[in-house]
Amino acid sequence: MNGERGANKEALFVSGHRACHGCGLALAVRHILKATGPDVIVVTPTGCLETFSSPYGYSPWRVPWIHHLFENAPAVASGIAAALSAQKRNNVRVVVIGGDGSTFDIGFGALSGMLERGDDVLYICTDNGAYMNTGGQRSGATPTYSSTTTHPVGRKSMGKPQLKKDLPAIVADHGTPYVATASVAYLKDLRKKVEKAMTYHGPRYIQIDTPCPSGWGFSSELALEIGRLGVNCGLVPLFEMENGSLTRVRKIRKKLQVTEYLKAQSRFKHLLQEDGSEYLKELQEIADQNIAKYALITSS
Amino acid sequence: MKITIGGVVKGGTSLAYKTGSWRDQRPLIDLDLCKACGICEEVCPDNSVYAEDEIYYIDYEYCKGCGLCAHECPVDAIEMVLEEK
Ligand SMILES: Cc1ncc(C[n+]2csc(CCOP(=O)(O)OP(=O)(O)O)c2C)c(N)n1
Ligand code: SF4
Ligand code: SF4
Ligand SMILES: [Mg+2]
Repeated sequence: MNGERGANKEALFVSGHRACHGCGLALAVRHILKATGPDVIVVTPTGCLETFSSPYGYSPWRVPWIHHLFENAPAVASGIAAALSAQKRNNVRVVVIGGDGSTFDIGFGALSGMLERGDDVLYICTDNGAYMNTGGQRSGATPTYSSTTTHPVGRKSMGKPQLKKDLPAIVADHGTPYVATASVAYLKDLRKKVEKAMTYHGPRYIQIDTPCPSGWGFSSELALEIGRLGVNCGLVPLFEMENGSLTRVRKIRKKLQVTEYLKAQSRFKHLLQEDGSEYLKELQEIADQNIAKYALITSS
Repeated sequence: MKITIGGVVKGGTSLAYKTGSWRDQRPLIDLDLCKACGICEEVCPDNSVYAEDEIYYIDYEYCKGCGLCAHECPVDAIEMVLEEK
């Protein structure tokens, strides 16, 4: 077949998918599957990933993959895990790859049930901070003061006023044995976390920061650059929690101010105008709190 | 196209859809500068960089021209030029 050369010979997620140019989410999926290997069944709720990987008759997936509803990925995954267990097929594992809207908001009840029952599922949330597939509406994962189509900036609004939901902590509080955050800016670290999660049984959760050029407003070559800025200013902390305790963090070597991250994206551009300074101060405080909470900087 | 029961589709069939036609910028690798580090292959969201005997190539059938490979190349061995078709 055409295209079987080079990178597509071995890949489990091949070319021809219809993600936007420079999509951080598509890049994450390539690396997730490199880390899991072929013996997985992938479950994907509605969202960009589902849409760009499933025009009828054109599938980039080379592992079994199922799309269902927007809100029930954890329940579908639990059912598949139960069926595999009944068949004693312990070599095949179940992995959800779902967006932040489905994970933080609409599928949250089902996720809580999956975690509480202790089902053997690796749940990966690809976090692009909004409902991107439907035009960028606000979700529980949208960062504070980001402009969204449901919280547009105007005379009486500076974007989303609430904090981003701390979902990793909520997942860890269910007694989940492995919880981690990762970023496409650090692909080796991302793969290592997925590999580690695969060594555990029971529910596991990884939240990956996947910069989105179309929704965040940056040029298509910058997804990793933006990802690095987010991590190194403290707004996107990278850590692992095992059995409820923080066990490892990715240290910030050279701390950046949040403005370095914000000014690179049009979803935050209103904050850099004259009347934005007090909002910038608040965002700097959020970053500094993360740095203190997760000990992201080693004091010398 | 015939609809199968459950909408089941064979894996890897997206290779029939050539996203290279989306491209308006074309990455060109300068092999004299390239150190064969493989970062371009790592960062491509479209699986469009590959190596044969340590020589890196772009798969123009699928490359969308996003520029990530050029931006992340540590020795600036990849240049983006206007696509002319
Ligand atoms: C019950 C239901 N409500 C709304 C929708 C419309 N819908 C489809 S995708 C989507 C957004 C998905 O957002 P997210 O989960 O963050 O994934 P992303 O597209 O951002 O990767 C919405 C609202 C739907 N398909 N089903
Ligand atoms: S909208 Fe964002 S997440 Fe969705 S395909 Fe485009 S770049 Fe990727
Ligand atoms: S320009 Fe983008 S799509 Fe093309 S090879 Fe480089 S990273 Fe891949
Ligand atoms: Mg989203």
